[in-house]
Amino acid sequence: MIRKVADKPLISGLKPYGMSYTAKKSEAVFLLYEEYEALRLCDYGGYNHCEASKLMGVSRPTLTRICMSARNKVSMAIVEGRQLIIEGGKVEIDNEWMKCNQCHCLFVKLQDEDCWCPLCGSKDVSEAQKDGEDVDREMPLKACCGNGRRHRCQERTNTKIYHI
Amino acid sequence: MKVAISSNGDNLDSEMDSRFGRCKFFAIYDSEDQSTTFIDNTAASLTEGAGPAALQLLTAQGVSKLVSGNFGIKIKSLSSDLNVQLIVMRENHTIRSIINILNH
Repeated sequence: MIRKVADKPLISGLKPYGMSYTAKKSEAVFLLYEEYEALRLCDYGGYNHCEASKLMGVSRPTLTRICMSARNKVSMAIVEGRQLIIEGGKVEIDNEWMKCNQCHCLFVKLQDEDCWCPLCGSKDVSEAQKDGEDVDREMPLKACCGNGRRHRCQERTNTKIYHI
Repeated sequence: MKVAISSNGDNLDSEMDSRFGRCKFFAIYDSEDQSTTFIDNTAASLTEGAGPAALQLLTAQGVSKLVSGNFGIKIKSLSSDLNVQLIVMRENHTIRSIINILNH
């Protein structure tokens, strides 16, 4: 199952500093791209697991598992003073598809700098729109998280819906 | 730099195949000496995983760009690891016209 990631992380990892002499040198912790994205959506972005799972194109239980593993790895890096490297994972990055307006081809962007069409060399390129499957990222999704207990699901919208 | 184009036939006037893994031939265009070679896609007859097998075949030849009509989900995640750029052409083109666009 391919997990969708909105954009690549800004950094490729984090290094600890100010290690005490008693700290043992240990190996780095590898945080996968999908785990980074789950942390970004749930903890940084404030989405609930149901909304985040729809954005990433996975089921809600899978998203919860990814999120748990991500928090475990981040806490391991902090507590054990280990280096954190963000790489790998089964992901598809959403924002990397570009469209050339001259030869009408779609291509994958390689670097963030100057971007030109790899076929015709034209600089007239724009971000490609996915056909109809794109989710509006600004609005919270109108979906219930499937939790059986009474709770408020759409805190950030004006219409508060209570599920029983 | 080498560019691979999925092809229906083994000459320059054949059309580009819209499938990547299960096309019959690959046209490999070398931009340095402007030569085109055609290779058989041995991965096309596989029941499963034709795309990754074809990608392996092409990266062994030193290809860094792929042109096709569509790519499967396995290719999308693999290609970024292998530093191969994917290019999708939705319109019908012959191999010759794609090479002409490449030469601009």
